[in-house]
Amino acid sequence: MPAAPVARPAGRTGRRLAGLALSLLLLGLVAGLSVAIGAKQLSPAEVWQGLLRPDSPEYAVVHRMRLPRTLLGLVAGAALGVAGAVTQAVTRNPLGDPGLLGINAGASAAVATATAVLGMTAGDIWYALLGAAVVTVAVHAVGGGRAATPARLALAGAALNAVLYSYVSAVMLLDAASLERLRFWTVGSLADARADTVLRVLPFVVAGLLIALATARPLDALALGDDAARALGARPGLVRAAATAAITLLSGAATAACGPLVFVGLLVPHLVRALTGPDLRWLLPYCAVLAPVLLLAADVTARLLGRPGELQVGTVTAVLGGVLFLHLVQRGAGVRR
Amino acid sequence: MIVLRPPGGRSLRLRPRALAVGAALTLLAVVLGGLTLVGVDRPAPDVPAILAGGGNPADRFILLDLRLPRLATALGVGAALGLAGAVCQSLLRNPLGSPDVLGFTQGAATGALVVVVLGGGSLALGGAAVAGGLATGLLGYALVGRHGLAGHRVVLVGIGVTAILSGVNGYLLTRAPLTDAARAALWLTGSLDGRGWVNALPLLAALAVLAPAILASGRALRMIELGDHLATALGVPVGRLRPLLLAAAVALVSLAAAAAGPVSFVALTAPHLARRLTRAPGPNLLPATLLGAALLVAADLVAQHAIAGQQLPVGVVTGVIGGSHLVWLLAVGRRSGRL
Repeated sequence: MPAAPVARPAGRTGRRLAGLALSLLLLGLVAGLSVAIGAKQLSPAEVWQGLLRPDSPEYAVVHRMRLPRTLLGLVAGAALGVAGAVTQAVTRNPLGDPGLLGINAGASAAVATATAVLGMTAGDIWYALLGAAVVTVAVHAVGGGRAATPARLALAGAALNAVLYSYVSAVMLLDAASLERLRFWTVGSLADARADTVLRVLPFVVAGLLIALATARPLDALALGDDAARALGARPGLVRAAATAAITLLSGAATAACGPLVFVGLLVPHLVRALTGPDLRWLLPYCAVLAPVLLLAADVTARLLGRPGELQVGTVTAVLGGVLFLHLVQRGAGVRR
Repeated sequence: MIVLRPPGGRSLRLRPRALAVGAALTLLAVVLGGLTLVGVDRPAPDVPAILAGGGNPADRFILLDLRLPRLATALGVGAALGLAGAVCQSLLRNPLGSPDVLGFTQGAATGALVVVVLGGGSLALGGAAVAGGLATGLLGYALVGRHGLAGHRVVLVGIGVTAILSGVNGYLLTRAPLTDAARAALWLTGSLDGRGWVNALPLLAALAVLAPAILASGRALRMIELGDHLATALGVPVGRLRPLLLAAAVALVSLAAAAAGPVSFVALTAPHLARRLTRAPGPNLLPATLLGAALLVAADLVAQHAIAGQQLPVGVVTGVIGGSHLVWLLAVGRRSGRL
């Protein structure tokens, strides 16, 4: 039978590109808001002065606090959003999220151990990556390997989360110094971002993003099942390994920088899928742009809600993501399979 | 199984193994409780004398005002959680349908935290915890209701509700004044430190009323496990009994949370272990209750003395033990195809 050429709707690529440009514009807007709004109330003009002129009184506020914080939100948001999309694709699981599956908690536990037990003060990111990698493998083993259902994976993640968080809180309570350092960090916060934090995690996030984008096509093939993927020229084992590496790099780095942020990786891919459809080659770039939008918007909301102090961004994303999670469960995700 | 048939048409069924397990668990709880009272780091040797009214004032204070209320709280919380967990798992016909997985515990914590932030006595705390737990229960019921209670949906709804509530709890924590926040953060992990009779008494009173009522419906629960239709055919008023029993379980869990904070995983673990020990079918209400009590006292002893010079909150210990147990349940359940 001659293969009929697939009829592509005219202009779809153009529309997707325009959408991506629009998303970037939105990202710029939210990033601007994140620089402009904070505990110290500044007028837009003052912020502008602080941004550009080293001698203005606001220079320190803008450059030491708000700018690194915004950049961290950009990097961590992109990492978490893409990690969530890849997790959902590789586990074929609509409830996939690095936080929900305990991967972020694994990174937390590893960092807490390194800080309190081994007395390490530097190199958080390596421990976070190690913890993330171990839990990524463990949660799939407990969830049932290839035969895992979304519900069982979510449960395995909940169980590992409980164990690991209990462990982290035990470590924190036993060691007053690390309590002070880790207390806000366990909720997920962008607040104590510094420029060097961002620079330290950036290479890992970039590497993870590149691997994720490179596996987008074979992962799409894998969505048809292993046999069909093999027939299409993908190597399922290799693709899974690469995807796992990407998830580990992205969520480990994001956790090392700003603590475990639950649900960003769940929310964004679902919202984006409504725009782009399931094609990962478009889904991943959109996630990389729109996840930071969500994270920064949540962070700004947290700053506004918490006045005169501020709320950790993790609490806002937990509430938002929990509502979406319930909605997905109501629609039958995770139960129908 | 031994069946006694005294005259009068009623029968009494005894399972020797279940009886032995119950007796052993009671003994264990008594021994562990005695250990709590005698103390490991500062032994108070003449416990019986002090309980009878003797002893020097310092020892009397330590025993009667510190260790005894702590022990009473531990026993009460453990028993309430074990019993409520057995009731929920049996009613939902779901081995994972325990109050902490379903989010009731977290809801009770939210209610209590509101009182901590706004300020209020222990009675208000208990009331708010029960209100929070019941509200969460109703919310979960509304979200699940249309689709029936069995299966994974209940558990997934619970995970979502728990996530939202933990976000709300985080918000409440940042709203609290600093001193209250430190207290509340410790309380949120589940802790028995500094528990007095004020904390123990509301829970013990509720247990005294609700536990016999729930235990009396054990027979009906065993029939509900067979399925609603069959249970109705056997004369169990399922529609009336289920909400009542669920409400009782939620009330017990919430009061336990008001007394000691949301101690995780005892409600999930105790009924499973009880069933494995007795090898009896059905909800195993009494063994689960006893096991819950023994488990919590044991966890508290570990939490107090595992690391010399340091005290851990008991919720950390139960979290590690119970979470590992859940991991193990999932692994085993997969192999045997139950989950």
